[in-house]
Order: sequence, then structure tokens, then C-alpha cells
Amino acid sequence: MASSLTVNPSVGGGDRSRESHRAKKKKKSSAPTKHAKWKSHAQQQLYSSKLRQALARVNTSASRPKAVREAADRVLAVAARGRTRWSRAILTNRLKLKFRQHHHHKRQTLLAPTKKPRFGVLRLRPKTLPAVHRKVRLLGRLVPGCRKEPLPVILEEAIDYIPALEMQVRAMAALADLLLGSSSSSSSSSSSSAAASTSAPPN
Amino acid sequence: MSSRRSRQQSSSTRISDDQIIDLVSKLRQLVPEIRDRRSDKVSASKVLQETCNYIRSLHREVDDLSERLSQLLATIDADSPEAAIIRSLIN
Repeated sequence: MASSLTVNPSVGGGDRSRESHRAKKKKKSSAPTKHAKWKSHAQQQLYSSKLRQALARVNTSASRPKAVREAADRVLAVAARGRTRWSRAILTNRLKLKFRQHHHHKRQTLLAPTKKPRFGVLRLRPKTLPAVHRKVRLLGRLVPGCRKEPLPVILEEAIDYIPALEMQVRAMAALADLLLGSSSSSSSSSSSSAAASTSAPPN
Repeated sequence: MSSRRSRQQSSSTRISDDQIIDLVSKLRQLVPEIRDRRSDKVSASKVLQETCNYIRSLHREVDDLSERLSQLLATIDADSPEAAIIRSLIN
């Protein structure tokens, strides 16, 4: 099974999979190649530090949860290094949203024609049952940037997107615990005693 | 799988069915719901459904976490002497 993964250059990101495959050989032989990137501790540390920096910037203006979510998604997309559609879509969507506020009317005319290809594609590629096709479309809507993509592209994107999301959840949970722990300890004891305990232990 | 029928359609089918099956099996390994069940009899439709549910639940988790983080960051900003300590933790 591992050999079939290496002789698959048509799947996007062939170089990346070969590099990570070499790294993966030391750990597990049956695990897929791309997921090592999102499961590694180093990647999570990198994401956490970038997220903290981004959040420190966000926090000065307004700490709405939406802003936090957007910052987290943006840092996640940057961590993907622009090799996947969903990461590129997240980064371009932010620009689109900013434009949409100003050019609201112009955007509306562009939105209308996107409905048509959905039926056209159905006629050209009835390779799956309509129920499965509908679910593929649903999945395409969930993964950013994959609304109009064909089935294999959506599957590939989802295969990369899910471990990335899992890493995002882990990193944000760890960060929340860290902040919760530090804020509760600092609020319970006075600042002077906290400073004394952290500076030097009485011995 | 029932996708064998479509092999007759040669127009612009650059993607083989085997590749799709491979992708679906990879996806199956990722979603914990399906991974822990018997992996032989899971249909593609089920895999896709569970994948959609899983991604939605992950999105919800991220939303909840960002809600918590925004609250925590707001409270941290309120206490200015501790903010310096926490900023040193963050940076």
C-alpha cells in the first residue's frame, strides 16, 4: 500500500509527498504522507506561535470571536504554504470580503451565473448516483474554495483540510488552556506575590 | 462500487475510478466515525456524509474555541499589570 502512494505523481504536490514520505518512514509505514505535516508537533508549535502573534495584533482593535476565527483561519492557510486550494481560497476570500463591502452591487452580478455550472456538470459527469453527487456538492461547500471543483479535487482538498482543522482545534484549545491557567492564577493571587513566587523560590 | 458503469464515458474523464476509490479510502481513514467501525462495508455515500458531519463539527469546535479565546483575551487586556506577564508568555 505504501508503494502506491509514491507512484502517484498526478495527485497534486508530488514533491511534498516524497519529502514527507521519507520523514514518515521512520515513524509509520502505513500512514499517508501529507498528514504527517499536520500531525507533527513542530507544525503545531509553529502555528501556535503565529496565532499568538496574530491574536496580539487583533486584540488591540476589537476581540470579537469572528475576528479570532478569521485570524486562526488565516494563519492556518499560511501554514499550508498555498499548496492547497482551500488555503488559497481562505487567503483570497479575505480580500474579497473587504471589496464586497465597498463594491456590493458589482459583486451581485457575478454571483448569479455560478448557479448554472452545477446542472451542467451533472449532465457531463453522471459517474455517481445523484445522492452521492449531492453529498459531494455539500462537501465542496464545506471546504473553502471547492464549490465548483470536480469530485477528485474536492476529495483531495478534504483529505488535507481535515487534519489541518484538527491541528487548528488542538492548538487553539492548548492556547485557551494556557490563557485560562495564567489568567486564573494571576487573578487569584495578588500581583506582588505572583511576582515573588515566579522570580525566586524561597529556600 | 457502482461507479464502474461510467467507464464508457471517455470524454474528459481524466480521472480513473481507482483514483477516486483511493481518495475515498484515504478520506475514510481520517474520519474517526468511520475508522472505528468495520471498514469493509462502508459505502461512498456514507463516507461523504460522515465527512461532511465531521467537518461541520470541527468548524463548530473552532467557533467555540475562538469564542473562548476572544473572551479570555478581553479579560486579560482588562488587567494591565498581568498583561505584561501574559504578553511575555505569548511572545
